[in-house]
Amino acid sequence: MVTRLMNWFDDRLPLTATIERHLTKYPAPINMNIWYLAGVLLVVVLVIQLASGIWLLMNYEPTAEGAFASIQYIMRDVEYGYIIRYMHTTGASAFFALIYLHMFRGMMYGSYQKPRELLWVLGWITYVLLCALGFTGYVLPWGQMSFWAAQVIMSLFGSIPYIGEDLLTWIRGDYLISGITLNRLFAFHVVLLPLALIAVVFVHILALHEVGSNNPDGVDVKKHKDEDGVPLDTKPFFPYDVMHDLYAIGVFLIFFVTIMFFYPDGGGYVIEYVNYEAADNLKTPEHIVPSWYYTPFYAMLRAVTFPLFGLSAKFLGFVVMAAGIAIFVALPWLDRSPVKSIKYKGIYSKFFLALFVVSFFVLGYLGTVTSTPGRTIAAQIFTVTYFAYFFLMPIYSKYEKCKPVPERVQLG
Amino acid sequence: MQPKSPPNPGRRKFLIGATSAVGAVGIAGAAVPFISAFNPSAAAEAAGAPAVADISKLAPGEMIIVEWRGTPIYVVKHSEESINEIDKNLERLADPDSNTEVQPEYAKNKYRSRKPGISVLSAVCTHLGCAPKYYPELGVVDFDSEWQGGFFCPCHGSKFDLAGRVYAGVPAPDNLTVPPHYFKSDDILIIGEDGDVA
Repeated sequence: MVTRLMNWFDDRLPLTATIERHLTKYPAPINMNIWYLAGVLLVVVLVIQLASGIWLLMNYEPTAEGAFASIQYIMRDVEYGYIIRYMHTTGASAFFALIYLHMFRGMMYGSYQKPRELLWVLGWITYVLLCALGFTGYVLPWGQMSFWAAQVIMSLFGSIPYIGEDLLTWIRGDYLISGITLNRLFAFHVVLLPLALIAVVFVHILALHEVGSNNPDGVDVKKHKDEDGVPLDTKPFFPYDVMHDLYAIGVFLIFFVTIMFFYPDGGGYVIEYVNYEAADNLKTPEHIVPSWYYTPFYAMLRAVTFPLFGLSAKFLGFVVMAAGIAIFVALPWLDRSPVKSIKYKGIYSKFFLALFVVSFFVLGYLGTVTSTPGRTIAAQIFTVTYFAYFFLMPIYSKYEKCKPVPERVQLG
Repeated sequence: MQPKSPPNPGRRKFLIGATSAVGAVGIAGAAVPFISAFNPSAAAEAAGAPAVADISKLAPGEMIIVEWRGTPIYVVKHSEESINEIDKNLERLADPDSNTEVQPEYAKNKYRSRKPGISVLSAVCTHLGCAPKYYPELGVVDFDSEWQGGFFCPCHGSKFDLAGRVYAGVPAPDNLTVPPHYFKSDDILIIGEDGDVA
């Protein structure tokens, strides 16, 4: 019966072939470690965000007059509305935490190197889309921080020489951040960006299954195959990976719901306290900080305090901030190392990767606090070391001494 | 089996090119409403009409906030003392002569005002759009040990003097913007129009 049904489908759709290719016969390297869980958890969070987002949409009102009140309505009057909203806010932070881990995994094990350049570029696009989703979503509750974050970020476009002011008016659709601006950000957040994200994630996974997963040793598992042509150092994704992924999802959800139920504000990091006050365009909050996941880039923006080449400090800060996000896409072409994994790369690669991590965290901290002259200097220094990882890579990755890479993957 | 290549390749190439060109023009045309719909609507433009302020009750050293186009406009009446001391910390300012075009021509003077003694300034920090706060007192303040009075932005620490001129070495690049304005009479200030440009 089941076989006949499958045959009926297979004559009309490549169903069995697709299941085999992407699930039951997808060869996953046997030495994948805990870092490889972030990808599957990101898919889980994507599903959580779509589900909770659609349900929020049922009660949210996208107008300057009604937005703030409709959030309170969701929180107080809609049955379990507060859970659905906290699910979405916790999900947003989880999304970024996981994508940063996922990206770091790729940087550690050289997962962006040939033949995975396009896979890396697609992943970088999902990260940029996520940044846009995070920003547009943040504005929707129309609290004080929503409004002023929009004001600060959008005014960056006003710093572009010559066209800035007109471009800014065009983006806002008004002479100030208003309900008109809110509505267009709403349209982006609930339609355009999620559609684009789903499409790019889909292609990202297609590309992954074409080139195959990298592994902590960075060796090509396709080099050694058994008589059936199955790579020796791999196992079928289902059931082996699916089973331990399910376990990991369970552990992840324990952390997720703990924050969702008991610490939904996340100490002011998941939901900022200033946002409990409705937007007021005549009153600036004492201290404007972005969500924690943007703070490294915000620190870079503030670190540029001097004009250069006839360009204003503000515009240069904008350029540096955008470059901090954009530079990741160049990694496949900056890395000249013959070796993929950090395990076999030389001492300079290890040093610069560590320096990058330290810079990222220090900048992340500096972006959450008010600036003082000392902190500005610190932000300037760590902005330089952040970029040093990327811009010096063609040199240090080429000339350092690497360890010999084993022929097969190493276990234990 | 390879399909036979179609006859007349030159003609086909031309037709494909011509179709693509017409299609591109069509797409460009179709893009117009989508791009234009992003501009401020007629209602948004109407809401950007000039604001009127009565300054007859403004005492020296006092400031009122007028809303114009949704942003706060500071209207400050300066005391005699501060008008006389406007040049006292000239060396600390980035653009004391208002060379950057963030004010109408009639406000390009050391008071940055159309009428000496009355400052009309957009309370939008030229750094990232926060509202600088008015600190008229002189002397030691939290953020400055020799404060001459002026505006301080709490977001990122930019400082401006009483005429809205930016200090050097702060994040804000430019002086505070002076919106177009004119005095209809001694007491009535119109913000948003130049009036008869003097």
